[in-house]
Amino acid sequence: MLAYAARRIALMIPTLLGVALITFFMLRVVPGDIVEVKMRSDGGYVTQELLASERARLGLDRPLVTQFGDWMQGLVTLDLGTSMWTGRPVAEEIGVRIGLTVQVALMAAVIAVLIAVPLGTISALFRDTWIDYVARIFTIAGLAVPSFWLGMLIILGLLTVFHWSPPVTYTPFFESPLKNISQLIWPALAVGYRYAAVVARMVRSSIIEVMKEDYIRTARAKGVFERMVVARHAMRNALLPAITVIGLEFAFLIGGLVVTEQVFNLNGIGRLFVEAVSRSDFILVQALVMLLAVVFVSMNLIVDMLYGVLDPRVRHG
Amino acid sequence: MITALSALDVGQDTEARDAALPLLAVENLTVEFTTASGTLRAVDGVSWSVRPGETLALVGESGCGKSVTALSVMRLLARPAGRVTGGRILFGGRDLLALPESEMRALRGRDIAMIFQEPMTSLNPVLTIGMQLAEPLIIHLGMSEAQARVRSVELLGMVGIPDAERRLRQYPHQFSGGMRQRVMIAIGLACDPKLIIADEPTTALDVTIQAQILELMKDLSRRLGITLVLITHNLGIVARYADQLAVMYAGRVVEEGPADRVFRAPRHPYTVRLMRSVPRLDQARGGALETIEGLPPNLMDPPSGCRFAPRCTARIPVCDSDPALRPVGDARRAACHRAEEMPGAVPLTAARPAAAAPALAAEVTPLLQVRGLSKHFAVPGRGLFGKMATVRAAEEVSFSIGRGETLGLVGESGCGKTTVGRLVLRLEEPTRGEILFDGKDIAKASAAEMRAMRTRIQVIFQDPYSSLNPRMTVGATIREPLTYRLNMATAEAHDRAASLLRQVGLPPEMAERYPHQMSGGQRQRVGIARALAMEPDFIVCDEAVSALDVSVQGQIINLLAELQAELGVAYLFIAHDLAVVRHLSQRVVVMYLGRVMEVADRDELYAAPLHPYTQALLDSAPVPDPVKERARAPRALRGELPSPLAPPSGCVFRTRCPKAIRECAEIIPPLREIRPGHLAACIRI
Repeated sequence: MLAYAARRIALMIPTLLGVALITFFMLRVVPGDIVEVKMRSDGGYVTQELLASERARLGLDRPLVTQFGDWMQGLVTLDLGTSMWTGRPVAEEIGVRIGLTVQVALMAAVIAVLIAVPLGTISALFRDTWIDYVARIFTIAGLAVPSFWLGMLIILGLLTVFHWSPPVTYTPFFESPLKNISQLIWPALAVGYRYAAVVARMVRSSIIEVMKEDYIRTARAKGVFERMVVARHAMRNALLPAITVIGLEFAFLIGGLVVTEQVFNLNGIGRLFVEAVSRSDFILVQALVMLLAVVFVSMNLIVDMLYGVLDPRVRHG
Repeated sequence: MITALSALDVGQDTEARDAALPLLAVENLTVEFTTASGTLRAVDGVSWSVRPGETLALVGESGCGKSVTALSVMRLLARPAGRVTGGRILFGGRDLLALPESEMRALRGRDIAMIFQEPMTSLNPVLTIGMQLAEPLIIHLGMSEAQARVRSVELLGMVGIPDAERRLRQYPHQFSGGMRQRVMIAIGLACDPKLIIADEPTTALDVTIQAQILELMKDLSRRLGITLVLITHNLGIVARYADQLAVMYAGRVVEEGPADRVFRAPRHPYTVRLMRSVPRLDQARGGALETIEGLPPNLMDPPSGCRFAPRCTARIPVCDSDPALRPVGDARRAACHRAEEMPGAVPLTAARPAAAAPALAAEVTPLLQVRGLSKHFAVPGRGLFGKMATVRAAEEVSFSIGRGETLGLVGESGCGKTTVGRLVLRLEEPTRGEILFDGKDIAKASAAEMRAMRTRIQVIFQDPYSSLNPRMTVGATIREPLTYRLNMATAEAHDRAASLLRQVGLPPEMAERYPHQMSGGQRQRVGIARALAMEPDFIVCDEAVSALDVSVQGQIINLLAELQAELGVAYLFIAHDLAVVRHLSQRVVVMYLGRVMEVADRDELYAAPLHPYTQALLDSAPVPDPVKERARAPRALRGELPSPLAPPSGCVFRTRCPKAIRECAEIIPPLREIRPGHLAACIRI
């Protein structure tokens, strides 16, 4: 198991290297020049000399390969560079915002799992009854409704029905947990709904499949109580494919927060991403892409490790 | 006289009657399934009963309703598709169908246990064996976990699993198929049930393991006084283990009675024909196998009269009316108007002369010659830098096949027989050795040469369900090579496909059907037609009849023999069933763990097997004759098949060999000619 984990972590390196290569060169190919954007935005006259000197200051005049090499060297020493726009270290830009994003994502994940597992299970066990139909309408709606629109509905709903709007300024959790949660629960709900819907559908189909397995018949033939058949014999097998979805969706969620953060006026990673792209802040964008890539491959690894814990065939294979 | 009966006498009388009262009686049971195309009555008015301590065998071919009946007893039919629509199931006087679910649940695993066919899928893969074994003990007997563990160790000991303490902590995938079935038996025995229903408990297992499991079940049920309902299609098993026998056909019981008497003189033409169509090891190989022509009726729309009448050769006008299951002689019942005239009234099929085995002319060059063929598979080792392990799937295999000849290749799972078949087809690259086909080495042929050769070498696969493309009509499947390899015009290809279908005994109209619209036997005929399309010289038949029912199996074997006599095609006939191989082959190769154990002409091999493994294989397969079977001592081969990753040193068979001595661990026995044309690899001969 440990050896397997080590091998998997080692295999992450070429994947991440590939992501780095593609990101770096694609960013250089797409149109948009931060120096132009930055200098001309003030409206003043800018000389070619000024542009060139600014490029030189940012290191953009050197060959691409050298730039890439510098970036790689930075990554290895955990130095993400400095934002070309604000001039602050990228690590700092990300650091002040990541807590908020991760917290919203985690809350959404918890909400999703809490809704999805019981909902999917009940839906499967009462397959093709009205309970199942209601559950399926709920999940289909979750897939169909965009989270930012749901977010706007939530804000409007809170305002018109309860005459209450969530706090506008971000309060860190450890300062005032109540205030913090009362602000972040709404975006978490908005993105968690879709998340719950995806997972619930997976849980449902997987429970339906598992309930047809021979070992479920064996369990019943042993005289096991039906609720134990579900809880002990079916659930652990059925949750294996669900875990894959939970993990991958979590990684998607970090990216999916881009729009929702705008709606809820949250200064998180998503917003930073949007800003960085619109300013052609290559250094920041590529750092953020690498961050997301690391989240993705790590989630994959965690999912596979969980498989090992839950499925002895993987553990011994 | 009547007044002379004392109260005491009455009491004794009732007691005696109680003892003979059935433990389980299925009365007039009807089960229906709702399917997309209508309602299917899978079980139609079935009655049978089993008395305490007896073993009842429920026999019949697939789809006859035997498993459905058993699942109905447990009330475990797949809901909501299947439901019992009539009848009673009396267990110890109580009607199980009328019990509330909570009482039924309390009965399952406590009083009635069930063992299923597929040991590989019947245990929960993510729970330990110990947990799965302790479950019924804790639920039904209220044991604590510690008590349950003690009892579990005892149970594993009873079913012959050594090292029980450690084994309880393991998971199902760490057990072999045979071992898993032992665990299933242990679970069944856990609460000392009164009745065990075993649904094809050994069908998925190798023949030597089958013998072990059945002997164990018989021994335990006798010792613990457990009543056994054994569902099987294997008449040999019935002959050896059953006291009572109920034969089912198309959702009904057609014959019932004490097993020995039913075997001696069956009273229903289906039973008569079924018994005649089994290829037997204990009788001289006659001509063509007896078969039951035709197919069982479609249960969506069963015939109005006797359901067997359309296939019956003893049919008379009265058979248009439905015969009732009626008493025929002592303790026997049969559902046939002519039961009293059976079995004499069923004419013996004029034994066609055996598809004349071509004389084994000493040919200069055989069609196929395999010399020193080996195939090693590399499997990744464990850990980060684990060493690659090697599985020697086939090692130093040599044989030859003449034109128009059949070579049988026999062995249990993992013996390498399928690998050899794939190597001959060059679906795998050999590690070593040569495969000379008509003098040319297949193993070294270039892609172009191979393409040319492939038209001359064809294959028939085991599974007629998955080896045909479900999206293509069978006509299109057969025409594909005709159009693309032989460049036939469309019209010509259609004609050829039609004649091929006729040749394999199917009406040419079937070309328009899709595989799912056909029965297993018909699909296998399509597989044969497809193989014949290229007019090959040689066909690899990989377990070509194993998935088929006995009566259909006979039809396909006869067809293969006829085609061989007609077209002079040679077969490599790969199978695990010695009786089937015997029927077709001129020469037989026996393999074990990748190595050839024995090679001999058919009659020589079956009459005087030399290698202890061949002897064990022949011994393990029960023959459909109760007299012979009961007289025979249990001779199950001990032990499990060793892991192919770590085969025993020296002779690979020595760990299970009754004749093994110390030297067997040291020398790999060479295959040597012990009698003219009879080779064996054993130093003890």
